[in-house]
Amino acid sequence: MDPSTLLSVRNLHTWYELRQRAFGRAGYVRAVDGVTFDLAAGETIAVVGESGCGKSSLAKTILGLYRPRQGEIVFQGQPIHAANAATLRWYRRQVGFVQQDPYGALPPFMNVHRILAEPLIIHGIRKTQREERIREVLEEVKLVPMADFMTKYPHMLSGGQQQRVVIARAILLQPKLIVADEPVSMLDASVRVEILELLRNLQSAHRLAVIYITHDLSAVRHFSERIFVMYGGKIVEKGRVADLLRNPLHPYTRALLRAIPDADAANAETDRDVPPGEPPSLLHPPPGCRFHPRCPLVTPGLCDTQEPPEFEPEPLHLTLCWLYKDAKS
Amino acid sequence: MNNGLLQVEELRLHYRTTQGVVQAVDGVTFSLAPRQALAVLGESGCGKSSLARAILRLLPRNVEVYDGCVRVNGLDVMPLDEEQFRRDVRWSKISIVMQAAMNALNPVLRVADQVSEPLLVHQGQQRDVALACVRDVFQMVGVPLDFMGRYAFELSGGMRQRVILAMALILKPPLVLLDEPTSALDVLTQANIMNVLKRLKRDTNTSFILITHDIATSSELADQVAVMYAGQLVEISDAGRFFREPLHPYSQKLMASVPRLRDDTKLAYIPGRPPSLIDLPRGCRFAPRCPQRFARCDQDPPMIRTEDGRQVRCWLYE
Amino acid sequence: MTALRAGLRQLRQYPSAIIGMTMVLILLGLSLVTVLTIPYSEAIRLWRGGAGVWDESPELARPTWFQLFSARKLPKTIIIDTRQGGKAMADQPDGTRLVNASLRFEFPYDELPSAVGLWLHATYKEAQPFVVLTWRKPNGEEIAFEERTPRQTDRYFVSRDERLRERLQARSIEEALFSAGPSGNGALLRGTYELAVEGILFEPDADLEARLVVYGKVHGIAGTDAQRRDLSVALLWGTPIALTFGLLAAVGTTIFSLMISAVGTWFGGRLDAIIQRLTEVNAMLPGLTLLVMIGMFYSRSLWVMLLAIILLNMFSLGIKTYRAIFLSLKEAPYIEAARTYGAGSFRIIFRYMIPRVIPMLIPAFVTAIPGFVFLEASLSILGLGDPDIPTWGKLLFDAYANEALFKGYYYWVLEPAALLMITGMSFAMSGFALDRMFNPRLRTA
Repeated sequence: MDPSTLLSVRNLHTWYELRQRAFGRAGYVRAVDGVTFDLAAGETIAVVGESGCGKSSLAKTILGLYRPRQGEIVFQGQPIHAANAATLRWYRRQVGFVQQDPYGALPPFMNVHRILAEPLIIHGIRKTQREERIREVLEEVKLVPMADFMTKYPHMLSGGQQQRVVIARAILLQPKLIVADEPVSMLDASVRVEILELLRNLQSAHRLAVIYITHDLSAVRHFSERIFVMYGGKIVEKGRVADLLRNPLHPYTRALLRAIPDADAANAETDRDVPPGEPPSLLHPPPGCRFHPRCPLVTPGLCDTQEPPEFEPEPLHLTLCWLYKDAKS
Repeated sequence: MNNGLLQVEELRLHYRTTQGVVQAVDGVTFSLAPRQALAVLGESGCGKSSLARAILRLLPRNVEVYDGCVRVNGLDVMPLDEEQFRRDVRWSKISIVMQAAMNALNPVLRVADQVSEPLLVHQGQQRDVALACVRDVFQMVGVPLDFMGRYAFELSGGMRQRVILAMALILKPPLVLLDEPTSALDVLTQANIMNVLKRLKRDTNTSFILITHDIATSSELADQVAVMYAGQLVEISDAGRFFREPLHPYSQKLMASVPRLRDDTKLAYIPGRPPSLIDLPRGCRFAPRCPQRFARCDQDPPMIRTEDGRQVRCWLYE
Repeated sequence: MTALRAGLRQLRQYPSAIIGMTMVLILLGLSLVTVLTIPYSEAIRLWRGGAGVWDESPELARPTWFQLFSARKLPKTIIIDTRQGGKAMADQPDGTRLVNASLRFEFPYDELPSAVGLWLHATYKEAQPFVVLTWRKPNGEEIAFEERTPRQTDRYFVSRDERLRERLQARSIEEALFSAGPSGNGALLRGTYELAVEGILFEPDADLEARLVVYGKVHGIAGTDAQRRDLSVALLWGTPIALTFGLLAAVGTTIFSLMISAVGTWFGGRLDAIIQRLTEVNAMLPGLTLLVMIGMFYSRSLWVMLLAIILLNMFSLGIKTYRAIFLSLKEAPYIEAARTYGAGSFRIIFRYMIPRVIPMLIPAFVTAIPGFVFLEASLSILGLGDPDIPTWGKLLFDAYANEALFKGYYYWVLEPAALLMITGMSFAMSGFALDRMFNPRLRTA
């Protein structure tokens, strides 16, 4: 394994068991159904997809909140997918989590100081060091004057400030990786850029790797190096931002890019080209390629029976699509 | 612009709360022609949802001030009493699709029954006639007819939103208010719904007021754009010129903070926070955060008409 | 702290809350004063009664304020003692001593006293004195009591002297002693009465003291019961006991329910299933019946009852309500975040979930307190109360056992009942107001 690889995910499957009836057959919601990728230290990737594609489940599995059914997660050489308590405890210090709902992510009955002290207390940091670290972190997220903010409760802060506290909490233990699940989707438009820039500054200052989970491709393209497009529990396209936007390979990626508007009055005059149908059920996914029922370029007989492997038509630009079956695998 | 479908003049809606009086809608004036779409843009807390409720008179119990003039097809509906308003205006002339409305479908009714309810109640139609209308509306919004007998929980988010849209259109009102209709939906579903709205605007006699914070999506439908800040409209303009070069400093900063997929313009953000609607500052409400403020801004600017027919609430254009 | 102040300000909007909380504070104040002025051991001693404790208290006397409702003047207890004076001793040349004491008192009332009693205290070495007692009415009539040879302490309960009554051919001793005519057939005599005590002491150092008690019909703020015990002791001491009992039961039940529910919901799976089944079984158990059985076959001690009540109510249906709340809390984003930064299960349960839920509990908890107070009272009325500790329920039981309502001793029933009602109302009103404060959806403002 490449020494600069921080996180290595191989063939990850996260399935939720669904108990339907006492004597009915249990089904599985295959939220993550075969995901493989590598993440280098200090790299930012965006995982883009719509709701129900499994991106949040991917994030939570990487965070160690769910146990994968199959597959491997290796972080700095340590297997996380089957970690014992000690390794998991070590891992928790290496990964920070920034959530979507800034208010919900903060315990409403604790003030900012207490919220930030908790992770430090749990990991046994002594009091003087704790206070120092809390101050450092508040300064980094620019919640100053600190004395003002430390005694405030979450409901006294604005959405942007709350999210800063969440970010502060995520970097407290000096992690190497931040997983941000829709970090700005519940914030106002004018605050989003602020928070995303904050994350970018923190990332470059501390050489953090960041995984952004989002559905807002427009925002995130400015803040990440690579983009993964997720659909039906699989990553259907991976590539550098510029490559992906210039030459989207997978038909779903193309549909997605076509559907995203930029603010332009001309939009009102034409209809957008949108693929028909709905995202696939993760409980009973369609056979073969997950996108085939909605794909305008479907090859009957192939796409609807066999799942495509990963092809690499361009260097470092990969996709799961039979259209590229002649490219290298 | 005055031969319009809707004319709103100095509409005010203030709420009484334990912390003081929230001046949610503070003197809003605009007009809308038939078959036109107006986008009301603003961030959370600017009062845009209250504006929708004010127009449709969906008021909570703690109303402190509610006045102004709302003219529908020339007739002032403010003096109408509650019962008249309910009969003659609400839903038959103006209807609304609320935020996260897809969660507001009655779980124990089949969707066709729910959508036909306004017909049975308002127009006293028979059930089979009503269901025929429902069928028409479903086709307009793109709900497959075999979904008519289904329950709400059997439909996806996008489908439910279309059902809600159908319910808003069932009495064929000339004006439909849409409060963040697609904010909880995916990109593809959002594009679908916007397509439906575009088609409705073209093919039927319906005007829309689209209230949203999503500037990019609003450009899909808008003929006119109004920007709302701290309870007031700070700019009203036609869509073409607005999206190219907004006039008000707030609109400019707002446009600059929206990331674009197709080009690399540098992103900016607006420092500070919008003012509390209880404790409004004297003078221009955006002045504390405005990079172009000057001495005159200590006075509250009126809506100023520019030579090319746009309206801005800013002393820079005096 | 500011949350508390804001909360109190809100509470002030509700008149029921103000009334309720004032009453609760009064009850608490009463408890505090009682505990400080009459120590627990003293209260138990008083309540157990026994020899000498309530001797000078009238039996079944009404409260003094009852006088307000009666046109006739009701007699209070009068005590005259030779130690206060009125005694003359004369030494005789033959070594004996003659004692001549006059116990005089005024009787201005409109009704007969309830009883008359006399204590004679003699000090001697070997030979008991010989005493002659003569009763003088204001109209000059005299009645001779029997002659007595008192020991160290001689209790002469005049009212129960059957021989005297027969001799006088009177309907009751009090009539004979306090009305005109040798049998007391005439009208009640108001005026100065005298009991003449003439005794012969056979030793030079011997002494004799006499104490006459004319028992009234009214006594104290609360009256007395059939064992002459002043009810105010039980009423006063009943307050801290009721409040403590109610509080401890409510606290114990709520806290344990909460913890059980939280642990079960968090860990899920088999543990949760077991707890839910236990709860359901418990819901079907007849609680009161079990308590009755425990009381009858095992122990009637108040503290055993308290423990039993907590144990039986721990697996209450409240667990299901809390479970619903915890289930939704379990998915809360901040709990998820806590898991990612390494918080352990118990830390999450006790520091992240339970603190969130406690404010919601407070109204339920406050409203539960009177329920437990009534439960204890019910058990006592059924005869299963603690025999030693004075509680309101015990008073009601005693009243019932002595047929108080049939015999017209309404105060015996009404006083503890009133206190129970006041307790119930005050906590209920406070609880409802708190409920509106903590559950904003119930607010009307």
